[in-house]
Amino acid sequence: MSSEEVARLASLARIQLTDEELTRFAGEFDAILTAVASVSEVASDDVPATSHPIAMTNVFRADEVTRTLTQEEALAGAPEAADGRFVVPQILGEE
Amino acid sequence: MTDLIRKSAAEMAAGLAAGEFSARELTDAHLERIEAVDSDLNAFITVTADDARATADAVDSARAAGKQLAPLAGVPVAVKDIAVTRGVQTTAGSTMLEGWVPPYDATLVTHLKQARLPILGKTNMDEFAMGSSTETSAYGITRNPWNLDRIPGGSGGGSSAAVAGFEAPLAIGTDTGGSIRQPASVTGTVGVKPTYGSVSRYGLIAMASSLDQAGPCTRTVEDAALLHDVIGGYDPKDSTSIRDGFGDFVAAARSKDVKGLRVGVIEQLEHDDFDPLVRARFEESLALLEEAGAEIVRVSCPNFEYALGAYYLIMPSEASSNLAKFDGMRFGLRVIPEDNPTAERVMAATRGEGFGAEVKRRILLGTYALSSGYYDAYYGSAQKVRTLVQRDFAAAYEKVDVLASPTAPTVAFPLGQKVDNPMTMYLNDIATIPANLAGVPGMSLPSGLAEDGLPAGIQFLAPALGDDRLYRVGGALEALLEHKWGGPILAQAPALEGGAR
Repeated sequence: MSSEEVARLASLARIQLTDEELTRFAGEFDAILTAVASVSEVASDDVPATSHPIAMTNVFRADEVTRTLTQEEALAGAPEAADGRFVVPQILGEE
Repeated sequence: MTDLIRKSAAEMAAGLAAGEFSARELTDAHLERIEAVDSDLNAFITVTADDARATADAVDSARAAGKQLAPLAGVPVAVKDIAVTRGVQTTAGSTMLEGWVPPYDATLVTHLKQARLPILGKTNMDEFAMGSSTETSAYGITRNPWNLDRIPGGSGGGSSAAVAGFEAPLAIGTDTGGSIRQPASVTGTVGVKPTYGSVSRYGLIAMASSLDQAGPCTRTVEDAALLHDVIGGYDPKDSTSIRDGFGDFVAAARSKDVKGLRVGVIEQLEHDDFDPLVRARFEESLALLEEAGAEIVRVSCPNFEYALGAYYLIMPSEASSNLAKFDGMRFGLRVIPEDNPTAERVMAATRGEGFGAEVKRRILLGTYALSSGYYDAYYGSAQKVRTLVQRDFAAAYEKVDVLASPTAPTVAFPLGQKVDNPMTMYLNDIATIPANLAGVPGMSLPSGLAEDGLPAGIQFLAPALGDDRLYRVGGALEALLEHKWGGPILAQAPALEGGAR
Protein backbone atom coordinates (compact mmCIF):
# COMPACT_ATOMS: atom_id res chain seq x y z
CA MET A 1 0.00 0.00 0.00
CA SER A 2 1.34 3.41 -0.93
CA SER A 3 1.33 6.44 1.33
CA GLU A 4 -1.06 8.05 -1.20
CA GLU A 5 -3.54 5.26 -0.55
CA VAL A 6 -3.16 5.74 3.21
CA ALA A 7 -3.76 9.47 2.70
CA ARG A 8 -7.00 8.68 0.86
CA LEU A 9 -8.18 6.44 3.72
CA ALA A 10 -7.23 9.12 6.25
CA SER A 11 -9.26 11.65 4.31
CA LEU A 12 -12.29 9.30 4.28
CA ALA A 13 -11.90 8.74 8.04
CA ARG A 14 -11.31 12.48 8.70
CA ILE A 15 -7.95 12.00 10.38
CA GLN A 16 -5.15 14.44 9.70
CA LEU A 17 -1.86 12.52 9.47
CA THR A 18 1.73 13.69 9.34
CA ASP A 19 3.99 12.61 6.47
CA GLU A 20 5.84 10.41 8.91
CA GLU A 21 2.61 8.65 9.91
CA LEU A 22 1.62 8.15 6.26
CA THR A 23 4.90 6.40 5.49
CA ARG A 24 4.86 4.33 8.65
CA PHE A 25 1.27 3.11 8.24
CA ALA A 26 1.80 2.28 4.55
CA GLY A 27 4.60 -0.12 5.49
CA GLU A 28 2.70 -1.69 8.38
CA PHE A 29 -0.56 -2.17 6.47
CA ASP A 30 1.10 -4.38 3.88
CA ALA A 31 2.19 -6.80 6.60
CA ILE A 32 -1.17 -6.72 8.40
CA LEU A 33 -3.26 -7.12 5.25
CA THR A 34 -1.12 -10.04 4.08
CA ALA A 35 -1.69 -11.73 7.45
CA VAL A 36 -5.46 -11.24 7.48
CA ALA A 37 -5.99 -12.07 3.78
CA SER A 38 -5.97 -15.79 4.70
CA VAL A 39 -9.68 -15.47 5.56
CA SER A 40 -10.57 -15.66 1.87
CA GLU A 41 -9.08 -19.19 1.66
CA VAL A 42 -12.04 -20.73 3.52
CA ALA A 43 -14.77 -18.15 2.88
CA SER A 44 -16.52 -20.05 0.11
CA ASP A 45 -19.89 -19.15 -1.41
CA ASP A 46 -21.78 -21.81 0.55
CA VAL A 47 -20.82 -20.36 3.96
CA PRO A 48 -23.32 -17.81 5.31
CA ALA A 49 -21.99 -14.66 6.97
CA THR A 50 -22.41 -14.07 10.72
CA SER A 51 -22.69 -10.46 11.85
CA HIS A 52 -23.64 -11.12 15.43
CA PRO A 53 -22.64 -13.89 17.86
CA ILE A 54 -26.02 -14.47 19.52
CA ALA A 55 -28.67 -14.22 16.80
CA MET A 56 -31.63 -11.96 17.58
CA THR A 57 -34.38 -10.44 15.50
CA ASN A 58 -36.70 -7.50 16.08
CA VAL A 59 -35.63 -6.24 19.47
CA PHE A 60 -38.20 -3.66 20.49
CA ARG A 61 -38.96 -1.76 23.65
CA ALA A 62 -42.26 -0.35 24.83
CA ASP A 63 -42.98 3.12 23.49
CA GLU A 64 -43.09 4.84 26.86
CA VAL A 65 -41.86 8.19 28.08
CA THR A 66 -38.85 7.75 30.37
CA ARG A 67 -36.29 10.09 31.89
CA THR A 68 -33.65 11.29 29.46
CA LEU A 69 -30.77 13.70 29.84
CA THR A 70 -31.76 17.31 30.35
CA GLN A 71 -30.63 19.86 27.78
CA GLU A 72 -28.12 21.14 30.30
CA GLU A 73 -26.69 17.64 30.90
CA ALA A 74 -26.48 16.91 27.19
CA LEU A 75 -24.56 20.11 26.56
CA ALA A 76 -22.31 19.88 29.63
CA GLY A 77 -19.46 18.19 27.75
CA ALA A 78 -19.70 20.30 24.59
CA PRO A 79 -16.54 22.07 23.41
CA GLU A 80 -18.77 25.10 22.84
CA ALA A 81 -22.47 25.70 23.50
CA ALA A 82 -24.82 28.69 23.38
CA ASP A 83 -28.55 29.22 23.81
CA GLY A 84 -29.16 25.54 24.51
CA ARG A 85 -27.39 24.40 21.35
CA PHE A 86 -24.04 22.94 20.29
CA VAL A 87 -21.87 25.54 18.60
CA VAL A 88 -20.01 23.97 15.68
CA PRO A 89 -17.59 25.40 13.12
CA GLN A 90 -18.81 26.57 9.74
CA ILE A 91 -20.42 23.73 7.79
CA LEU A 92 -22.18 25.37 4.85
CA GLY A 93 -20.18 27.09 2.16
CA GLU A 94 -17.33 24.62 2.31
CA GLU A 95 -15.60 23.65 -0.88
CA MET B 1 0.92 -4.29 54.16
CA THR B 2 -2.14 -4.94 56.25
CA ASP B 3 -3.66 -8.40 56.19
CA LEU B 4 -6.99 -6.83 55.34
CA ILE B 5 -6.17 -6.12 51.68
CA ARG B 6 -4.74 -9.62 51.15
CA LYS B 7 -8.09 -11.26 51.82
CA SER B 8 -10.32 -12.45 49.02
CA ALA B 9 -13.46 -10.42 48.34
CA ALA B 10 -15.51 -13.31 49.76
CA GLU B 11 -13.47 -13.17 52.98
CA MET B 12 -13.85 -9.39 53.12
CA ALA B 13 -17.63 -9.73 52.74
CA ALA B 14 -17.71 -12.33 55.53
CA GLY B 15 -15.59 -10.12 57.80
CA LEU B 16 -17.89 -7.16 57.20
CA ALA B 17 -20.99 -9.24 57.92
CA ALA B 18 -19.40 -10.55 61.14
CA GLY B 19 -18.42 -7.05 62.22
CA GLU B 20 -14.68 -7.86 62.34
CA PHE B 21 -13.95 -4.61 60.51
CA SER B 22 -15.97 -1.83 58.92
CA ALA B 23 -16.44 -0.98 55.27
CA ARG B 24 -14.75 2.32 56.01
CA GLU B 25 -11.65 0.57 57.43
CA LEU B 26 -11.57 -1.75 54.43
CA THR B 27 -11.91 1.10 51.96
CA ASP B 28 -9.30 3.22 53.74
CA ALA B 29 -6.87 0.27 53.73
CA HIS B 30 -7.17 0.06 49.95
CA LEU B 31 -6.88 3.81 49.46
CA GLU B 32 -3.71 3.75 51.59
CA ARG B 33 -2.35 0.93 49.46
CA ILE B 34 -3.08 2.92 46.29
CA GLU B 35 -1.35 5.93 47.85
CA ALA B 36 1.68 3.76 48.65
CA VAL B 37 2.19 1.74 45.47
CA ASP B 38 0.34 3.36 42.57
CA SER B 39 3.29 5.62 41.80
CA ASP B 40 5.02 2.34 40.87
CA LEU B 41 2.11 0.66 39.08
CA ASN B 42 0.07 3.54 37.59
CA ALA B 43 -2.97 1.26 37.59
CA PHE B 44 -5.38 4.16 38.14
CA ILE B 45 -6.13 7.15 35.93
CA THR B 46 -8.53 8.62 38.50
CA VAL B 47 -8.91 7.78 42.22
CA THR B 48 -12.33 8.62 43.70
CA ALA B 49 -11.45 8.46 47.38
CA ASP B 50 -14.26 10.69 48.67
CA ASP B 51 -16.98 8.82 46.79
CA ALA B 52 -15.57 5.47 47.95
CA ARG B 53 -15.50 6.59 51.59
CA ALA B 54 -19.04 7.96 51.36
CA THR B 55 -20.33 4.63 50.02
CA ALA B 56 -18.42 2.75 52.73
CA ASP B 57 -19.86 4.97 55.47
CA ALA B 58 -23.37 4.44 54.09
CA VAL B 59 -22.83 0.67 54.18
CA ASP B 60 -21.62 0.83 57.78
CA SER B 61 -24.65 2.92 58.80
CA ALA B 62 -27.05 0.60 57.00
CA ARG B 63 -25.49 -2.43 58.63
CA ALA B 64 -25.65 -0.81 62.06
CA ALA B 65 -29.34 -0.10 61.46
CA GLY B 66 -29.90 -3.78 60.69
CA LYS B 67 -30.74 -3.22 57.01
CA GLN B 68 -30.49 -6.03 54.46
CA LEU B 69 -27.35 -5.61 52.31
CA ALA B 70 -26.12 -7.19 49.09
CA PRO B 71 -23.42 -9.88 49.60
CA LEU B 72 -20.57 -7.63 48.38
CA ALA B 73 -21.80 -4.39 50.00
CA GLY B 74 -18.79 -2.52 51.35
CA VAL B 75 -16.20 -4.50 49.36
CA PRO B 76 -14.27 -2.02 47.17
CA VAL B 77 -14.06 -2.28 43.40
CA ALA B 78 -12.08 -0.55 40.62
CA VAL B 79 -13.65 0.19 37.25
CA LYS B 80 -11.90 0.23 33.88
CA ASP B 81 -11.96 3.77 32.51
CA ILE B 82 -14.06 2.63 29.55
CA ALA B 83 -17.28 2.45 31.60
CA VAL B 84 -18.87 5.88 31.91
CA THR B 85 -19.37 7.22 35.41
CA ARG B 86 -21.70 10.10 36.16
CA GLY B 87 -19.75 13.08 37.48
CA VAL B 88 -16.37 11.33 37.25
CA GLN B 89 -13.94 11.86 34.36
CA THR B 90 -14.00 8.98 31.85
CA THR B 91 -11.16 8.92 29.31
CA ALA B 92 -10.97 5.45 27.70
CA GLY B 93 -7.21 6.04 27.95
CA SER B 94 -7.39 8.71 25.24
CA THR B 95 -6.44 12.37 24.94
CA MET B 96 -9.71 12.67 22.99
CA LEU B 97 -11.69 12.40 26.24
CA GLU B 98 -9.34 14.10 28.69
CA GLY B 99 -11.49 15.96 31.20
CA TRP B 100 -14.77 14.58 29.85
CA VAL B 101 -17.30 14.13 32.66
CA PRO B 102 -20.19 11.87 31.58
CA PRO B 103 -23.75 12.85 32.51
CA TYR B 104 -24.83 9.25 33.15
CA ASP B 105 -23.67 5.88 34.52
CA ALA B 106 -23.05 2.69 32.57
CA THR B 107 -25.58 0.04 33.59
CA LEU B 108 -22.89 -2.06 35.26
CA VAL B 109 -21.81 0.99 37.30
CA THR B 110 -25.44 1.45 38.37
CA HIS B 111 -25.44 -2.20 39.49
CA LEU B 112 -22.23 -1.64 41.52
CA LYS B 113 -23.75 1.42 43.16
CA GLN B 114 -27.04 -0.35 43.92
CA ALA B 115 -25.12 -3.21 45.56
CA ARG B 116 -23.09 -0.53 47.40
CA LEU B 117 -19.57 -1.50 46.41
CA PRO B 118 -17.29 1.50 47.11
CA ILE B 119 -15.77 2.50 43.75
CA LEU B 120 -12.08 3.27 44.32
CA GLY B 121 -11.48 4.82 40.92
CA LYS B 122 -11.02 4.34 37.20
CA THR B 123 -8.27 2.07 35.90
CA ASN B 124 -5.76 2.60 33.12
CA MET B 125 -6.12 0.87 29.78
CA ASP B 126 -4.89 0.83 26.22
CA GLU B 127 -6.43 3.75 24.32
CA PHE B 128 -10.05 2.85 23.50
CA ALA B 129 -9.11 -0.71 24.61
CA MET B 130 -6.86 -1.18 21.59
CA GLY B 131 -3.77 -3.09 22.66
CA SER B 132 -2.44 -6.03 24.65
CA SER B 133 -0.03 -4.22 26.94
CA THR B 134 -1.60 -0.97 28.25
CA GLU B 135 1.27 0.86 26.54
CA THR B 136 -1.02 2.83 24.19
CA SER B 137 -2.72 4.75 27.03
CA ALA B 138 -2.40 8.53 26.88
CA TYR B 139 -2.04 8.45 30.69
CA GLY B 140 1.24 6.56 30.94
CA ILE B 141 2.08 2.87 31.00
CA THR B 142 0.92 0.53 33.75
CA ARG B 143 3.49 -1.83 35.26
CA ASN B 144 3.11 -5.47 36.26
CA PRO B 145 3.25 -6.00 40.06
CA TRP B 146 5.29 -9.20 39.48
CA ASN B 147 8.02 -7.26 37.70
CA LEU B 148 7.85 -3.51 37.16
CA ASP B 149 9.69 -3.80 33.84
CA ARG B 150 7.00 -6.05 32.37
CA ILE B 151 3.61 -5.35 30.81
CA PRO B 152 0.44 -5.98 32.89
CA GLY B 153 -1.40 -7.19 29.78
CA GLY B 154 -3.98 -5.23 27.90
CA SER B 155 -6.17 -3.62 27.22
CA GLY B 156 -7.25 -3.92 30.86
CA GLY B 157 -3.79 -3.71 32.39
CA GLY B 158 -4.90 -1.17 35.00
CA SER B 159 -7.58 -3.51 36.35
CA SER B 160 -5.29 -6.56 36.37
CA ALA B 161 -2.42 -4.66 38.03
CA ALA B 162 -4.75 -3.14 40.65
CA VAL B 163 -6.07 -6.58 41.59
CA ALA B 164 -2.67 -8.33 41.50
CA GLY B 165 -1.08 -5.44 43.43
CA PHE B 166 -3.73 -5.58 46.20
CA GLU B 167 -4.97 -2.08 45.40
CA ALA B 168 -8.46 -3.53 44.86
CA PRO B 169 -9.93 -6.99 45.49
CA LEU B 170 -12.28 -6.63 42.53
CA ALA B 171 -12.18 -4.80 39.22
CA ILE B 172 -14.22 -4.48 36.07
CA GLY B 173 -12.71 -5.24 32.67
CA THR B 174 -13.94 -5.43 29.10
CA ASP B 175 -12.95 -8.13 26.64
CA THR B 176 -13.19 -7.65 22.87
CA GLY B 177 -10.43 -10.08 21.89
CA GLY B 178 -8.92 -11.05 25.24
CA SER B 179 -8.61 -7.79 27.20
CA ILE B 180 -9.85 -9.38 30.44
CA ARG B 181 -8.30 -12.84 30.05
CA GLN B 182 -4.79 -11.99 28.80
CA PRO B 183 -4.13 -9.39 31.55
CA ALA B 184 -5.33 -11.97 34.10
CA SER B 185 -2.96 -14.53 32.61
CA VAL B 186 0.14 -12.34 32.88
CA THR B 187 -0.60 -11.04 36.39
CA GLY B 188 -1.55 -14.31 38.13
CA THR B 189 -5.20 -13.29 38.54
CA VAL B 190 -8.63 -14.49 37.40
CA GLY B 191 -10.58 -12.90 34.54
CA VAL B 192 -13.91 -13.86 33.03
CA LYS B 193 -15.44 -12.85 29.71
CA PRO B 194 -19.13 -13.72 30.11
CA THR B 195 -21.44 -14.92 27.34
CA TYR B 196 -22.00 -12.08 24.86
CA GLY B 197 -25.05 -10.07 25.90
CA SER B 198 -25.16 -11.24 29.52
CA VAL B 199 -23.56 -8.08 30.96
CA SER B 200 -25.02 -4.86 29.58
CA ARG B 201 -22.88 -2.83 27.17
CA TYR B 202 -24.88 0.33 27.90
CA GLY B 203 -22.43 3.04 28.88
CA LEU B 204 -19.30 1.13 27.83
CA ILE B 205 -17.37 3.16 25.26
CA ALA B 206 -17.65 0.83 22.29
CA MET B 207 -14.75 -0.56 20.30
CA ALA B 208 -16.37 -3.44 18.36
CA SER B 209 -20.00 -3.80 19.38
CA SER B 210 -20.47 -7.39 18.21
CA LEU B 211 -17.41 -8.51 20.22
CA ASP B 212 -17.26 -6.30 23.35
CA GLN B 213 -18.25 -7.83 26.67
CA ALA B 214 -17.60 -6.64 30.24
CA GLY B 215 -16.68 -8.99 33.06
CA PRO B 216 -14.96 -9.50 36.42
CA CYS B 217 -11.22 -9.26 37.24
CA THR B 218 -10.41 -10.84 40.61
CA ARG B 219 -7.90 -12.92 42.58
CA THR B 220 -10.13 -15.97 43.06
CA VAL B 221 -12.72 -17.84 41.01
CA GLU B 222 -15.34 -17.45 43.73
CA ASP B 223 -14.79 -13.66 43.78
CA ALA B 224 -15.33 -13.56 40.01
CA ALA B 225 -18.63 -15.40 40.47
CA LEU B 226 -19.73 -12.97 43.19
CA LEU B 227 -18.92 -9.93 41.03
CA HIS B 228 -20.47 -11.52 37.93
CA ASP B 229 -23.72 -11.85 39.89
CA VAL B 230 -23.68 -8.11 40.63
CA ILE B 231 -23.04 -6.83 37.09
CA GLY B 232 -24.93 -9.38 34.97
CA GLY B 233 -28.56 -9.38 33.93
CA TYR B 234 -30.97 -8.25 31.28
CA ASP B 235 -30.91 -4.55 30.41
CA PRO B 236 -33.54 -3.00 28.15
CA LYS B 237 -31.04 -0.23 27.34
CA ASP B 238 -28.82 -2.72 25.48
CA SER B 239 -30.60 -4.20 22.46
CA THR B 240 -28.18 -7.17 22.42
CA SER B 241 -28.83 -7.98 26.08
CA ILE B 242 -29.98 -11.54 26.73
CA ARG B 243 -32.62 -12.68 29.19
CA ASP B 244 -31.19 -16.01 30.29
CA GLY B 245 -27.87 -17.66 30.99
CA PHE B 246 -27.60 -16.61 34.59
CA GLY B 247 -26.92 -19.84 36.46
CA ASP B 248 -25.74 -20.03 40.04
CA PHE B 249 -22.13 -19.02 39.45
CA VAL B 250 -21.18 -18.88 43.14
CA ALA B 251 -22.47 -22.38 43.84
CA ALA B 252 -20.63 -23.64 40.76
CA ALA B 253 -17.39 -22.00 41.93
CA ARG B 254 -17.76 -23.60 45.35
CA SER B 255 -18.68 -27.09 44.11
CA LYS B 256 -15.03 -28.14 43.50
CA ASP B 257 -16.35 -31.15 41.63
CA VAL B 258 -15.15 -32.11 38.16
CA LYS B 259 -16.01 -35.81 38.24
CA GLY B 260 -17.17 -36.82 34.79
CA LEU B 261 -16.53 -33.36 33.33
CA ARG B 262 -15.26 -33.66 29.76
CA VAL B 263 -12.46 -31.17 29.02
CA GLY B 264 -11.47 -30.72 25.38
CA VAL B 265 -7.94 -29.60 24.53
CA ILE B 266 -7.92 -27.54 21.35
CA GLU B 267 -5.32 -29.09 19.04
CA GLN B 268 -4.93 -25.90 17.02
CA LEU B 269 -3.73 -24.06 20.14
CA GLU B 270 -0.99 -26.52 21.06
CA HIS B 271 1.62 -25.32 18.61
CA ASP B 272 5.08 -23.86 19.07
CA ASP B 273 3.96 -20.25 19.36
CA PHE B 274 3.29 -21.08 23.00
CA ASP B 275 6.37 -21.00 25.22
CA PRO B 276 7.54 -24.37 26.62
CA LEU B 277 6.93 -23.59 30.30
CA VAL B 278 3.53 -22.03 29.55
CA ARG B 279 2.63 -25.32 27.88
CA ALA B 280 4.13 -27.35 30.74
CA ARG B 281 1.98 -25.54 33.35
CA PHE B 282 -1.04 -26.11 31.10
CA GLU B 283 -0.36 -29.85 30.83
CA GLU B 284 0.15 -30.12 34.60
CA SER B 285 -3.18 -28.40 35.18
CA LEU B 286 -4.91 -30.87 32.89
CA ALA B 287 -3.25 -33.77 34.73
CA LEU B 288 -4.62 -32.46 38.05
CA LEU B 289 -8.11 -32.25 36.61
CA GLU B 290 -7.80 -35.77 35.25
CA GLU B 291 -6.72 -37.09 38.65
CA ALA B 292 -9.79 -35.39 40.13
CA GLY B 293 -12.06 -37.29 37.79
CA ALA B 294 -12.31 -35.13 34.68
CA GLU B 295 -11.93 -36.69 31.27
CA ILE B 296 -9.36 -35.02 28.99
CA VAL B 297 -9.85 -35.38 25.24
CA ARG B 298 -8.28 -33.76 22.17
CA VAL B 299 -10.61 -31.85 19.89
CA SER B 300 -9.98 -30.20 16.54
CA CYS B 301 -11.18 -26.70 15.68
CA PRO B 302 -9.62 -26.35 12.21
CA ASN B 303 -11.00 -22.87 11.47
CA PHE B 304 -9.40 -21.32 14.55
CA GLU B 305 -6.37 -20.80 12.29
CA TYR B 306 -8.35 -18.13 10.49
CA ALA B 307 -9.82 -16.54 13.61
CA LEU B 308 -7.02 -14.00 14.11
CA GLY B 309 -7.38 -12.77 10.53
CA ALA B 310 -11.16 -12.52 10.83
CA TYR B 311 -10.84 -10.67 14.13
CA TYR B 312 -8.37 -8.12 12.77
CA LEU B 313 -10.85 -7.32 9.99
CA ILE B 314 -14.12 -7.29 11.94
CA MET B 315 -12.80 -5.42 14.97
CA PRO B 316 -11.21 -2.50 13.04
CA SER B 317 -14.27 -2.30 10.78
CA GLU B 318 -16.63 -1.91 13.72
CA ALA B 319 -14.20 0.40 15.52
CA SER B 320 -13.89 2.70 12.49
CA SER B 321 -17.65 3.17 12.63
CA ASN B 322 -17.96 3.40 16.43
CA LEU B 323 -15.18 5.96 16.77
CA ALA B 324 -16.70 8.26 14.15
CA LYS B 325 -18.53 10.02 16.98
CA PHE B 326 -15.27 11.46 18.29
CA ASP B 327 -15.30 14.42 15.92
CA GLY B 328 -14.88 17.42 18.21
CA MET B 329 -18.45 18.59 17.75
CA ARG B 330 -20.54 17.57 20.76
CA PHE B 331 -18.13 16.38 23.46
CA GLY B 332 -14.47 15.72 24.08
CA LEU B 333 -11.48 17.39 22.46
CA ARG B 334 -11.86 20.05 19.74
CA VAL B 335 -8.77 21.23 17.86
CA ILE B 336 -9.22 24.30 15.68
CA PRO B 337 -6.67 24.62 12.85
CA GLU B 338 -5.46 28.16 12.18
CA ASP B 339 -6.12 28.05 8.48
CA ASN B 340 -9.77 27.93 7.32
CA PRO B 341 -11.31 26.13 10.33
CA THR B 342 -14.37 24.58 8.69
CA ALA B 343 -16.18 21.72 10.44
CA GLU B 344 -14.51 19.11 8.28
CA ARG B 345 -11.05 20.48 8.94
CA VAL B 346 -11.76 20.77 12.66
CA MET B 347 -12.78 17.10 12.68
CA ALA B 348 -9.59 16.00 10.91
CA ALA B 349 -7.37 18.12 13.15
CA THR B 350 -9.17 16.91 16.29
CA ARG B 351 -8.89 13.25 15.31
CA GLY B 352 -5.29 13.69 14.19
CA GLU B 353 -4.30 15.11 17.55
CA GLY B 354 -6.75 13.29 19.84
CA PHE B 355 -6.08 9.72 18.68
CA GLY B 356 -2.85 7.79 19.23
CA ALA B 357 -1.09 5.63 16.63
CA GLU B 358 -2.86 2.34 17.35
CA VAL B 359 -6.31 3.91 17.23
CA LYS B 360 -5.51 5.61 13.91
CA ARG B 361 -4.12 2.35 12.58
CA ARG B 362 -7.31 0.42 13.37
CA ILE B 363 -9.68 3.12 12.10
CA LEU B 364 -7.77 3.25 8.81
CA LEU B 365 -7.68 -0.55 8.49
CA GLY B 366 -11.42 -0.67 9.16
CA THR B 367 -12.06 2.09 6.63
CA TYR B 368 -10.07 0.07 4.09
CA ALA B 369 -11.81 -3.25 4.84
CA LEU B 370 -15.24 -1.62 4.47
CA SER B 371 -14.46 0.39 1.35
CA SER B 372 -16.08 -0.52 -1.94
CA GLY B 373 -14.09 -3.02 -3.95
CA TYR B 374 -12.54 -4.61 -0.84
CA TYR B 375 -15.65 -5.25 1.25
CA ASP B 376 -16.39 -8.77 -0.05
CA ALA B 377 -12.80 -9.96 0.06
CA TYR B 378 -12.11 -8.67 3.56
CA TYR B 379 -15.13 -7.91 5.74
CA GLY B 380 -17.44 -10.34 3.94
CA SER B 381 -14.93 -13.19 4.16
CA ALA B 382 -14.25 -12.43 7.82
CA GLN B 383 -17.95 -12.75 8.62
CA LYS B 384 -17.98 -16.16 6.94
CA VAL B 385 -15.01 -17.25 9.04
CA ARG B 386 -17.05 -16.20 12.04
CA THR B 387 -19.68 -18.75 11.00
CA LEU B 388 -16.98 -21.42 10.59
CA VAL B 389 -15.53 -20.70 14.03
CA GLN B 390 -19.01 -20.99 15.54
CA ARG B 391 -19.46 -24.35 13.78
CA ASP B 392 -16.12 -25.56 15.18
CA PHE B 393 -17.30 -24.66 18.67
CA ALA B 394 -20.67 -26.36 18.14
CA ALA B 395 -18.99 -29.56 16.93
CA ALA B 396 -16.54 -29.51 19.85
CA TYR B 397 -19.28 -29.02 22.45
CA GLU B 398 -21.03 -32.11 21.17
CA LYS B 399 -18.05 -34.07 22.49
CA VAL B 400 -16.99 -32.07 25.56
CA ASP B 401 -18.39 -29.80 28.29
CA VAL B 402 -15.60 -27.21 28.27
CA LEU B 403 -12.58 -26.43 26.10
CA ALA B 404 -9.10 -25.58 27.37
CA SER B 405 -5.93 -23.91 26.11
CA PRO B 406 -3.17 -21.73 27.50
CA THR B 407 -4.60 -18.18 27.73
CA ALA B 408 -1.66 -16.40 26.11
CA PRO B 409 1.42 -17.66 24.27
CA THR B 410 3.92 -16.15 26.73
CA VAL B 411 4.30 -14.74 30.21
CA ALA B 412 4.38 -10.93 30.60
CA PHE B 413 6.84 -9.56 28.05
CA PRO B 414 9.16 -6.60 28.70
CA LEU B 415 7.71 -3.11 28.34
CA GLY B 416 8.51 -1.68 24.90
CA GLN B 417 9.25 -5.05 23.29
CA LYS B 418 6.25 -5.25 20.95
CA VAL B 419 4.64 -1.82 20.97
CA ASP B 420 6.26 -0.78 17.68
CA ASN B 421 5.40 -3.98 15.85
CA PRO B 422 1.61 -4.27 15.53
CA MET B 423 1.50 -7.74 14.00
CA THR B 424 3.63 -9.22 16.81
CA MET B 425 1.35 -7.54 19.35
CA TYR B 426 -1.78 -8.90 17.65
CA LEU B 427 -0.51 -12.50 17.99
CA ASN B 428 -0.95 -12.26 21.78
CA ASP B 429 -4.67 -12.70 21.19
CA ILE B 430 -4.45 -15.96 19.24
CA ALA B 431 -6.08 -18.13 21.92
CA THR B 432 -8.60 -15.62 23.25
CA ILE B 433 -10.14 -14.29 20.01
CA PRO B 434 -12.26 -17.33 18.98
CA ALA B 435 -14.53 -16.88 22.04
CA ASN B 436 -15.32 -13.28 21.06
CA LEU B 437 -16.08 -14.21 17.46
CA ALA B 438 -18.54 -16.87 18.66
CA GLY B 439 -19.91 -14.99 21.70
CA VAL B 440 -19.08 -17.87 24.07
CA PRO B 441 -17.83 -17.32 27.62
CA GLY B 442 -14.19 -17.75 28.70
CA MET B 443 -12.17 -17.67 31.90
CA SER B 444 -8.46 -17.36 32.60
CA LEU B 445 -6.94 -18.45 35.89
CA PRO B 446 -3.32 -18.94 36.99
CA SER B 447 -1.71 -22.25 35.97
CA GLY B 448 1.63 -21.66 37.71
CA LEU B 449 4.93 -19.88 37.24
CA ALA B 450 6.60 -20.22 33.85
CA GLU B 451 9.39 -18.39 31.98
CA ASP B 452 11.36 -15.95 34.18
CA GLY B 453 9.36 -17.01 37.26
CA LEU B 454 6.29 -15.14 36.00
CA PRO B 455 2.70 -16.41 36.05
CA ALA B 456 1.00 -18.16 33.14
CA GLY B 457 -2.71 -18.71 32.62
CA ILE B 458 -5.02 -21.51 31.57
CA GLN B 459 -8.18 -20.63 29.69
CA PHE B 460 -11.49 -22.48 29.79
CA LEU B 461 -14.27 -21.89 27.28
CA ALA B 462 -17.90 -23.02 27.53
CA PRO B 463 -20.92 -22.90 25.22
CA ALA B 464 -22.99 -19.70 25.14
CA LEU B 465 -25.03 -19.40 28.38
CA GLY B 466 -22.79 -22.05 29.99
CA ASP B 467 -20.79 -19.63 32.14
CA ASP B 468 -21.51 -21.76 35.22
CA ARG B 469 -19.35 -24.52 33.73
CA LEU B 470 -16.36 -22.15 33.79
CA TYR B 471 -16.88 -21.49 37.47
CA ARG B 472 -17.20 -25.19 38.18
CA VAL B 473 -13.97 -26.23 36.43
CA GLY B 474 -12.12 -23.04 37.40
CA GLY B 475 -13.01 -23.33 41.09
CA ALA B 476 -11.95 -26.97 41.17
CA LEU B 477 -8.62 -26.41 39.39
CA GLU B 478 -7.81 -23.38 41.55
CA ALA B 479 -8.29 -25.49 44.71
CA LEU B 480 -6.11 -28.30 43.33
CA LEU B 481 -3.33 -25.91 42.29
CA GLU B 482 -3.39 -23.94 45.55
CA HIS B 483 -3.15 -27.20 47.47
CA LYS B 484 -0.05 -28.05 45.42
CA TRP B 485 1.49 -24.57 45.83
CA GLY B 486 0.59 -24.31 49.52
CA GLY B 487 -1.40 -21.10 48.96
CA PRO B 488 -2.48 -18.62 46.32
CA ILE B 489 -0.07 -17.88 43.48
CA LEU B 490 0.11 -14.19 44.47
CA ALA B 491 1.78 -15.23 47.73
CA GLN B 492 4.79 -15.98 45.50
CA ALA B 493 4.86 -12.48 43.98
CA PRO B 494 7.58 -10.14 45.19
CA ALA B 495 6.48 -7.68 47.87
CA LEU B 496 5.55 -4.30 46.50
CA GLU B 497 6.54 -1.64 48.98
CA GLY B 498 6.11 1.50 46.91
CA GLY B 499 8.64 4.14 46.06
CA ALA B 500 10.52 1.98 43.57
CA ARG B 501 9.96 4.66 40.97
